[in-house]
Amino acid sequence: MTPALTTATSGTAVGDDIPAAVRIDHVHKSYGRPGADRPVLDDITLDVRPGEFVCLLGASGCGKSTLLNLVAGLDRPTAGSITVPGGRPALMFQEHALFPWLTAGRNIELALRLRGVPRAGRRAEAERLLELVRLGGAYGKRVHELSGGMRQRVALARALAQDSRVLLMDEPFAALDAITRDVLHHELTRIWSETELSVLFVTHNVREAVRLGQRVVLLSSRPGRVVREWEVGIPQPRRIEDAAVADLSVEITEELREEIRRHGRH
Amino acid sequence: MAGTDTTPVAGGDLAGLEAGLDALDAVQVKRTPLRQVLLQKVLPPVVAVVLVLVVWKLLVLARVTDDYKLPDPSAVGGSLRRLWLDGTLLDIIWTSVSRGLLGFVAALAIGTPLGLLVARVPVVRAAIGPILSGLQSLPSVAWVPAAVIWLGITDAAMYAVILLGAVPSIANGLVSGVDQVPPLYLRAGRTMGATGVRGARFVLFPAALPGYIAGLKQGWAFSWRSLMAAELIASSPELGLGLGQYLENARTDSDMPGVLLGILLILFVGIAIDLIVFSPLERRVLRMRGLAAR
Repeated sequence: MTPALTTATSGTAVGDDIPAAVRIDHVHKSYGRPGADRPVLDDITLDVRPGEFVCLLGASGCGKSTLLNLVAGLDRPTAGSITVPGGRPALMFQEHALFPWLTAGRNIELALRLRGVPRAGRRAEAERLLELVRLGGAYGKRVHELSGGMRQRVALARALAQDSRVLLMDEPFAALDAITRDVLHHELTRIWSETELSVLFVTHNVREAVRLGQRVVLLSSRPGRVVREWEVGIPQPRRIEDAAVADLSVEITEELREEIRRHGRH
Repeated sequence: MAGTDTTPVAGGDLAGLEAGLDALDAVQVKRTPLRQVLLQKVLPPVVAVVLVLVVWKLLVLARVTDDYKLPDPSAVGGSLRRLWLDGTLLDIIWTSVSRGLLGFVAALAIGTPLGLLVARVPVVRAAIGPILSGLQSLPSVAWVPAAVIWLGITDAAMYAVILLGAVPSIANGLVSGVDQVPPLYLRAGRTMGATGVRGARFVLFPAALPGYIAGLKQGWAFSWRSLMAAELIASSPELGLGLGQYLENARTDSDMPGVLLGILLILFVGIAIDLIVFSPLERRVLRMRGLAAR
């Protein structure tokens, strides 16, 4: 048995020679008066390299979703800066967020239209993206006619339709059953390896983080700080039940538990 | 033991698994057969109407009250036949319906931008939002005296009363439609670049459509009620004979079958417009979203 190929580091920054796909630089976020309230995010520094798959892991209250909103440009940091050189990132939510007044195909076409794709090319491109998530026949399906897993795949296709360099994912598979989630993990890694996407994936599921990420970043709760990072050296394709995935998960879970216990002692 | 040698999932297996999941989970949408529709949707109201007629007839046969207060159903039928043979029936209906629809369209043109303003501009909402929802509970017949003094017994007075009744409903419907749009849709729209006018066009308005249509439906009901009130109170020969005036004339002639016929025709038109225009529209919009109960 080979040992899990992991190295633990604390705080990584990409060298100046390679431009980061996402650069989060000493970001603070607090709601209300500065100084008066405990911040949600405290001095977060994190780079995502081009083409890298990074999983952000943390218990509730660690500000994972807040951080994604900041990167998506839906909110502004209180201090610090976030740069996404490739333009507006695509964002996928825990809920599919598909528009129920449009069919699956039209949802994707709306993203294409907003991106400026001319009408003539939209239909074919939407069909291609549906094929990519293995939903070739679903173009004319209404959202309510699709299962939870299918909806998330359409949502993924819609996110890909934005043609962003960066894909942000906010616990996108948390509401799915284990087998469906497993299938979607596989589809996501396949699509990620076929494209040049950089992915920032938020989850509270340690195994999911280890299954998917090249790097797992553990955040503390209230305030959210980067506690530790792991480079996951296990080659893809991985499976969630792999021993190496399990071993590293145990190690990270222990660290996460310690982080949660800290709150009980206050 | 698997160890760290990660065995790739066979593509075929996975595709099969995926297809199985999709087939198991997908919602089956079935169409109801026509016979069942007739049995469940058409038969009950027909039975209810027949029952009312039977009770009516029994009350007449039992002579519970004088003939001139409760005429035989056939007397009302006779009035209807006379109007039809005169050739005035459709004219009377059309006079009122055309007024009602024209007034409604005007109310739509005013109520929609007003509703958008109230929904999206906080100052406007604070200023007129409460008044607008308060106006909904004011019976529009209360406006008739004022409208008659301002505008005389004219078509303009009729339209004024319709607008005062319907505009608040339509505007409020749009406001509550916009308020009920899940914030998630707006966030999803913004990440795709649907902001400002494009956000309103591609996300906000379609998302608010069910509430807006409910407002339109109520707006029509208010238009029709207001118009009938106005026609009843402010009836004059120069205005042409509408349903309200027909009813008022029957009252002055102590023509009870005519009065009942007038009431039934007003009810019938209200229901017919709802069934022909608004209900199909509403059903279509809701069904598209998987919200309609079949």
